[in-house]
Amino acid sequence: MVDEATVYAQRGTRIEFAGVEKAYGPTTVLHGIDLDIAPGEFVALLGPSGCGKTTLLRCLAGLEGVTGGTIAVDGRDIARVPANRRDMGVVFQAYSLFPHMTVGQNVEFGLRMRRVARDERATRVREALELVGLGHLSGRFAHTLSGGQQQRVALARALVTRPQALLLDEPLSALDAKVRVRLRDEIRAIQTELGITTIFVTHDQEEALAIADRVAVMNGGVIEQLGAPEDLYRRPETPFVAGFIGESNRIEGVYGSSGIALLGTRLPVLGAARAGFRDASSGDDERGDGGDGGDAAGLVDGTAVRAFVRPEHLVIVSVESSPVDPIAPAGSALSGVVVSSGFLGAQRRTVVRLSGGDLLTVQHPAHQLFAADERVRLEFAGEPVAVERAAEEPA
Amino acid sequence: MNGALRGVPGRPVPWLRRAILVGICGLFLVPIVSMLWFTFRLQGGGIGIDHWAALFNPENERAYRNLVAGILNSLLLAVLTVAIVWALFLPTIVLVHLRFPRLARVFELLTVLPIAIPAIVLVVGLAPLYRGIVGVFGGGIWTLAFAYGVLVLPFAYRAIASDLQGMHAATLAEAARSLGASWFTVLVRVIAPGLRPGLTSATLITAAVVLGEFTVSSLLNRVTMQVALVEVSKSDPYAAVITSLLSLVIVFALLFLFASFDSRLGLRGRMERRRPGRAAPHASQHRRAKNEEKEVSTDG
Repeated sequence: MVDEATVYAQRGTRIEFAGVEKAYGPTTVLHGIDLDIAPGEFVALLGPSGCGKTTLLRCLAGLEGVTGGTIAVDGRDIARVPANRRDMGVVFQAYSLFPHMTVGQNVEFGLRMRRVARDERATRVREALELVGLGHLSGRFAHTLSGGQQQRVALARALVTRPQALLLDEPLSALDAKVRVRLRDEIRAIQTELGITTIFVTHDQEEALAIADRVAVMNGGVIEQLGAPEDLYRRPETPFVAGFIGESNRIEGVYGSSGIALLGTRLPVLGAARAGFRDASSGDDERGDGGDGGDAAGLVDGTAVRAFVRPEHLVIVSVESSPVDPIAPAGSALSGVVVSSGFLGAQRRTVVRLSGGDLLTVQHPAHQLFAADERVRLEFAGEPVAVERAAEEPA
Repeated sequence: MNGALRGVPGRPVPWLRRAILVGICGLFLVPIVSMLWFTFRLQGGGIGIDHWAALFNPENERAYRNLVAGILNSLLLAVLTVAIVWALFLPTIVLVHLRFPRLARVFELLTVLPIAIPAIVLVVGLAPLYRGIVGVFGGGIWTLAFAYGVLVLPFAYRAIASDLQGMHAATLAEAARSLGASWFTVLVRVIAPGLRPGLTSATLITAAVVLGEFTVSSLLNRVTMQVALVEVSKSDPYAAVITSLLSLVIVFALLFLFASFDSRLGLRGRMERRRPGRAAPHASQHRRAKNEEKEVSTDG
């Protein structure tokens, strides 16, 4: 690989969205988005279909106009700059290579638009293709390439102009699993090498958590939470984030000073979980120290709550193989029967129906095998990810 | 089952394809061969080329002057109508497709009207319009191209619009825009090359419709090939049939010319439509691409 770091000037730029709104007629799809992206940062926009993540990216690329707020690149408002003058490198989900051009001509296109001299064009095209490992395919047409190769070409085409930012709109969605993971890692490596500010849109949480410096979880046209991948997983600020990032068991219980009474057992609540959820829609933060005599999020003894417990925070053991409960003091474990168990490689995921009818998902080492209808005991091995006030107060 | 007999999924087996081809060719050839046979029949009995010779005999120039004028007029109108399709319809259709997709349905409905409205009704509407056109542009035959533009709109629209939808034009345009292309560059360098098959079809259909049009030109009192043929056929049916045959040959020659030009550029293969995630058009190319991808990952 050539020394691209010297060829591609490090052009990390600061991107600021301030109160960005977008409406299509009466339908508003972005509700005052505020997002500040540091130079050279890799930010993933993550959310379900229709949450507004692609629209936000398209607003930045100039492919959609905003109806409110400002978008600034290095402090300059670009809301009125047309797409062809924004200097953004965009990679689309549909490969979008020009079918009548060769790979080389595709990559060269942006340089031609910028009237770069022929010799320099040839050099930069060669380097861009070598950067994505496709230097030998310059003369081929797009339809003779595999999906992964086409997306690499699209990446080279977006990078060859040395844009202010790289915008990736679900670039891996159309690829098969192995190619997706490999290309994901390659994108991150190239981004790190070039130091280019990058925004990556995806609905795949694993992809977002694996690739980004920070992840903005979007829902219903707002950013529910922005943070490092680990923070999102360990300290979700809204019920939506807790449910969307990773898997959680949602268990109804009653809040108390010594913990949460859940399903006949007691779960200690510590640290982040104690903090409760922020109200994403209003921006108000419900978290606090409970200075009014109550606890976090205004919870007082006897408040009906819903706890979010990760499957890996539950311990499971067979009743038959261990009749004397080894993992919990008497009366603190839950009992139930196995509904199903699935193999995930190093781990196994088992669904248990408790005696009260509730279903809990448990993640445990793959060597622990459980058959359907087998009687098991469960215990909480960690604190819940978060606790929210249940909709109805207990009678 | 033997792989060779199985054929490509979704396509008829080779013998069935050949049978369909022969059947369709037969359907077209029977009337053409009959016409050809008719032109060789002599009035006194027997077979000869007298009628063909008479048509091309300079001494008969006066008799066929109107026919020659009609042919030249039709050729001029074909060129002008094709120019209207390229210069007016193409940018408009692309603009509607890319910038105003909500208007596409209205536009589609409008393009059906020239087919839905009988030609005689169209002429009733066009006649007063043409009084104005004559006042502005004069009474030249070329003004008929405006009416023909309306007549060919449904066919041209279908041919171009189906290509636009198949090539994911909106995404390609956005990609080109993000790379710095103006809208004009997008149209000329990105969209138009991808529309080559559709434009070829639109051009051929336009030429065929214009060369075969009779009602509008006749009712607007313009001399075109079909109008002249009807006139000539009253006195010399052989000349009319020979001219019809020749016009057919010219259209077929144009068709093959375009097709060979198209395939010589290799555009058929290059313009093969492919949706994201689908296999490459040819299994060998797909295998090759996959192998190369593996090599890349190994190298990396």
